[in-house]
Amino acid sequence: MSKTTIAVALMDAPYESENLTTAFRILDAAARRGYDLNVFAYEGASALAFTKQVPHPNPVHGKNLAEENHPTTKDQVAALVAAAEASGGKVDWINCGMCVDERGVGEFVPGTRRGSPADFHAFVEKSDNVLVIPTK
Amino acid sequence: MAKKTLNIVESAYRAVMEEQDDTILWLLAAMQGAGADHTVVLRGNAVNYAVTGQQAIPLKVGAWSQTQPPRMDRDVVDLIENRKIPVYAVEEDVAERGIEPSELVPGVQVVGRKALANMMGDYVVVNHW
Repeated sequence: MSKTTIAVALMDAPYESENLTTAFRILDAAARRGYDLNVFAYEGASALAFTKQVPHPNPVHGKNLAEENHPTTKDQVAALVAAAEASGGKVDWINCGMCVDERGVGEFVPGTRRGSPADFHAFVEKSDNVLVIPTK
Repeated sequence: MAKKTLNIVESAYRAVMEEQDDTILWLLAAMQGAGADHTVVLRGNAVNYAVTGQQAIPLKVGAWSQTQPPRMDRDVVDLIENRKIPVYAVEEDVAERGIEPSELVPGVQVVGRKALANMMGDYVVVNHW
């Protein structure tokens, strides 16, 4: 049976919408099935893998740093890469280079890399299907 | 004395999974702690924040799991009981979504759309979120 490969384009910035939660649920399910995932992180989504994200406590909730256990998308990206590898798949995660430069988020978690729209074009050409989750 | 401020919250469930709360309700709670004088009106889809017993399935990605998913009804109760922020829900928006008044968390008051228009006159500042 041939390997399933999916190309995914993300646009939303961290902490701005529910789109990314849905995207990560889909990506997680695909990774657990051993699919190869080609992700193009465009515009705000280019900050998803930024290594300098820091969790914070939540004084309104009355919780300290450990109790709040605030999510960071960089941890989710890293977990996705590891989950795919553990299931026999792989993640090729491209952060749009110009988008990264605009935002000053050029340091990425391992397993992701800088790229360009040409990479998304290549992803589309070699994937079995394409899922675009645009910002609204 | 703080400016009496009416906050009409209409944006609903925006980034609540990543933030583990609603950014506007969080902001208002924090400002109240700094001396602000807020009232909240939940409008449109945001009336669902006041429905008791809701919960979100934590996000899981590979070995990473969320441990503190949002609880919007809990946060509404916190506004009312701990922050002393009056919370209203627009009556027609509650009814249109098939929500029974008995499903709303205790302390949430309902206000009709016409009454809301009059209510604005009682505030120095009206913010629509």
